[in-house]
Amino acid sequence: MVNAIEIRALRKSFGRTTALDGLDLTVRAGEVHAFLGPNGAGKTTTIRILLGLLRKDGGQAALLGGDPWRDAVDLHRRLAYVPGDVTLWPGLSGGEIIDLLGRLRGGLDARRRQELTERFDLDPTKKARAYSKGNRQKVALIAALASDAELLLLDEPTAGLDPLMEAAFRDCVTDERHDGRTILLSSHILAEAEALADRVTIIRGGRAAETGTLAEMRHLTRDSVDAELAGPVTLDGLPGVHHLQADGLRVRCEVDHAALDEVLGRLHAAGIRSLTCRPPTLEELFLRHYSTERTVASGVPG
Amino acid sequence: MTVLAYPGRARTGLTGTGELARLAVRRDRIALAASVYVITVAVAGTAYTFKKLYPTAAGRAALAATGGSNPALRFLYGRLFGSSLGSLTTWRYGIWAGIFAALVAIFVVIRHTRSDEEAGRLELVGSTSVGRQAALVAGLVTAAAPIVAVSVLLCIALPLVGLPAAGSAALALGIGCCGLAFTGVAAVAAQLTSSARTARGIALGVLGVAFVLRGVGDAAPQAGASGPSWLSWASPLAWIQLAQPFAAERWWVLVLPLAVAVGGTGLAFELAARRDQGAGLLPDRPGRATASAFLRGPFGLAWRLQRGALLGWVTGYAFTFAASGAAAKGIGQLFGTSTALEHEFTRLGGLGAQAAITNAYLAALMLLAGLVAAAYAISVVLRLRTEETGEVAEPILATATGRIRWALSHIGIAVAGAALLLAVAGVTTGLGYGLRAGSAGTEVARMTGAALAQLPSALVLAAFAVLVFGLLPRASVPAAWTALGLVVLINLFGQVLQLSHWVMDISPFTHAPRLPGGTVSAAPLVWLCGLALAMSVAGLAALRHRDIG
Repeated sequence: MVNAIEIRALRKSFGRTTALDGLDLTVRAGEVHAFLGPNGAGKTTTIRILLGLLRKDGGQAALLGGDPWRDAVDLHRRLAYVPGDVTLWPGLSGGEIIDLLGRLRGGLDARRRQELTERFDLDPTKKARAYSKGNRQKVALIAALASDAELLLLDEPTAGLDPLMEAAFRDCVTDERHDGRTILLSSHILAEAEALADRVTIIRGGRAAETGTLAEMRHLTRDSVDAELAGPVTLDGLPGVHHLQADGLRVRCEVDHAALDEVLGRLHAAGIRSLTCRPPTLEELFLRHYSTERTVASGVPG
Repeated sequence: MTVLAYPGRARTGLTGTGELARLAVRRDRIALAASVYVITVAVAGTAYTFKKLYPTAAGRAALAATGGSNPALRFLYGRLFGSSLGSLTTWRYGIWAGIFAALVAIFVVIRHTRSDEEAGRLELVGSTSVGRQAALVAGLVTAAAPIVAVSVLLCIALPLVGLPAAGSAALALGIGCCGLAFTGVAAVAAQLTSSARTARGIALGVLGVAFVLRGVGDAAPQAGASGPSWLSWASPLAWIQLAQPFAAERWWVLVLPLAVAVGGTGLAFELAARRDQGAGLLPDRPGRATASAFLRGPFGLAWRLQRGALLGWVTGYAFTFAASGAAAKGIGQLFGTSTALEHEFTRLGGLGAQAAITNAYLAALMLLAGLVAAAYAISVVLRLRTEETGEVAEPILATATGRIRWALSHIGIAVAGAALLLAVAGVTTGLGYGLRAGSAGTEVARMTGAALAQLPSALVLAAFAVLVFGLLPRASVPAAWTALGLVVLINLFGQVLQLSHWVMDISPFTHAPRLPGGTVSAAPLVWLCGLALAMSVAGLAALRHRDIG
């Protein structure tokens, strides 16, 4: 099966600022792919190149098997996009905008539009200038989700939604996945990505820092160990042990997989009262990438 | 704590005005300085040029005798009192300097009040330690500053050119007070609607009405009290000349614009106190829950976005040209006795002098219709840039809509809208004049043709806007409006400033036939259309190859 998005060594700069510096990104058909990075990492620039709004400076980008710049109009019939900062025409009502965007994409499922409007609790008769940020976001989301596009490009889609609506959004994405749609979910809300994504790409300084399934990414890294012991233990200076915090008989640290055996052996020797050993959360993975970046190369634009 | 820390500083509704005004000046410093420069140099430069071109009293008297009594010129430039250098300067540039000052007032006031409020920026500002009236006062101050600067600079510059000090002061203050009157108008308009675009439309509409009232009043015969010449007194623009700078100044007239400024500002504060942040006086009505069948593509959307403005323009055109056309009747009669003018007109046309004078007046009206239609078309084309920078183009272009179709949707409205406006100008002028002259049928046909002959020239300017939108998006807005400003300058002031032919030829309107009365040849119309087409194609081609945003 052809990959929905295939990006190789993509470059884009604006004047002297380099936004994308050799980005690689592969989104397989039918998967939910989380595209993670802090503000200004290049997520939106990538999406805007995929939409044919910006011209790439170098590298390759393929979208649904086509060229995002040359075949823009044809490709756009097959995708739906929700911008990160939704701006709407102030004089049009939400309902009108949903219909308009749907028709411009080439069709809208009226039943689904109705269902989504209720699900997201949107008043479609209000003029766009009267909507809050969250309501503007809902308009764009409903328009995208009610289309029959095979690919959804969602740029921080839940920024501005309340927790109830965020939950509704997650349900919708789960439904979409069952329908076989591909979703590129750009976000910096890690819990969302963790709950929804099949695979994850972390972008840093315009380049993919890490990519893979969450399980793979966890596998490559360390586990968090938190233990209460019967007696003292010495883990200081042991290779593969990081961020060691010892508080009396309580020990917390992060351990490379290779060192896990050794560490658990020592803990066992000291006598374990309680032990949790868990893989890192996405948030920890993410923070690890970015905290090392800050110390290593503070010159890279964040 | 804060209050204790600043015991001498009361927290009033005006707290923070200074900071906001400084911010506004910081944002607009280039445009404000440029507008001060343009107005001052235009007026002082005209005075200087007149001095060079008409050095003798006899030469000036001849210009005054022909120009000052020609109704077409009086419609465009206003009344002439006396034939001194100062009088001629006041006549030729007084009203137009007033119009420029009013435009500065309208754009600056609304930009720093309603635009900021609509964009939500005032909400952020309002959450800080800033008084409720501070934004409005800061907007008014920011608009008043360049206008006052123009007055002060002209008070100094005109005597340097050699004009009497008293008259210079009267003209300078007249222009300044006119600008201030329109800050009051703009302040009220900014309170009425929640949309900055509509607020600007209202204020510009008031300016248009002011222009027409005085145009009709000024063009009317002055001798008998029976004509509509009193209409001029209802227009802030006419007060500049009615104060009679350089000809027995009537200083009390300057109280009128100041009263409008004070009254308008007071009313604006009163209205502002009665409404919510972000709201207008008229509540927003709920819209449709689903889109109508018409709103289904980029063209439907462009029409939806532009139809309100077009309706306003059509109404304004109909009113303006019906009134101005009606004023054409009787214009020729009075001047049967003005031998110099009669001589000139009989020499120019083979017709009788009266018909020639009426035709010249109607042709001036049609030139104005063309220039304003060009302004409309440019504003419609530049909406593309507003949509692009406002990030509402992005969701459209992310659908199955190509850039060219998206751009053509607005360009189509520009072309059709300009044609419609010119047709309306022709029909209403023809009706206004024809009904009074008893030949409505022929006049409507003749004037509609005369008006539509201006369309190719207007389209050239719109096409220039398309070209810069494609090639130099960031510079497109100032570039397109500067082009229009140059064309206005060339066509309204080029002749009297004796600009050389190649400068005059830059303006597309120089090549449009002077109708009614002139001769028509197809060639210039065809190549103007060709030029417009070529520039549009080049602009669209550039749009295809550039980044959006």
